[in-house]
Amino acid sequence: MSGAVGLDHYLVLSLIIFTLGMFTVLTRRNAIGILMGVELILNSANINYLAFAYYGGARYDGQIFAIFVIMLAAAEAVIGLAVVLAIYQNFRTIDVGATENLSG
Amino acid sequence: MLQSVIFYALAAGTIASAAAVAFSRNIVYSTFALLGAFMGVVGIYILLAADFVAMVQLLVYVGGILVLTIFAVMLTQGIGDVTISNRAVGSVPALVTVAIAGAVMLYAIAHTRWHQAALHAAAPTTYGIGNAFLGDYVLPFEVASLVLLAALIGAIVISRHEARE
Repeated sequence: MSGAVGLDHYLVLSLIIFTLGMFTVLTRRNAIGILMGVELILNSANINYLAFAYYGGARYDGQIFAIFVIMLAAAEAVIGLAVVLAIYQNFRTIDVGATENLSG
Repeated sequence: MLQSVIFYALAAGTIASAAAVAFSRNIVYSTFALLGAFMGVVGIYILLAADFVAMVQLLVYVGGILVLTIFAVMLTQGIGDVTISNRAVGSVPALVTVAIAGAVMLYAIAHTRWHQAALHAAAPTTYGIGNAFLGDYVLPFEVASLVLLAALIGAIVISRHEARE
């Protein structure tokens, strides 16, 4: 790891964002908070894609995968938040521990 | 040299915002910290010579997902209970899990010899991406539009009020 910014720097940055997102997913009981953690994780994956595309010589493949990830993240956010709103209308809460009608 | 300074500034801002998302007890603060994280990631993308992906990130994440998240936060919380973003009980087990996963990945990053090619000069990428989308990637591109249509219809069906007869 030399002084200039290299591939390792981006990988470590992506790793830190991933761990923060994972911590968010694990500790939140608010469903919207969990979705925000998922967005952080997806962003860290995208940083990895673009870093490998830039430093690995594959110019467009990594960027196209990043665009697909962004597209799927948008679909996931739309469906996830719609489900959250539907749960809120039925339960008056979005605490993921409180919605346990189906637990045995 | 200048690139290093910009990278460290962007990385510090992004990590600080992401940490605010993870550790803030107020869900509204977390949502607005998410804005900083997304903007920092946009800067990182530009630094990686991915101008088109950076703009897509700006439009879709900041303009779409974040606004949607803010709407959801505002719609699901009353004015009085705005601070209820209760942390789960097991914060310590989560910290241990995350630390173990992070250590394993850090070990993998440090001990792998990644394939690295000679760097290209930064050039506009829209021409190549457009050609790739309508060439090699035309089938995933069309399937993606189907996925988005299904998500659109599904969101409407799920979130609308049930009509009572």
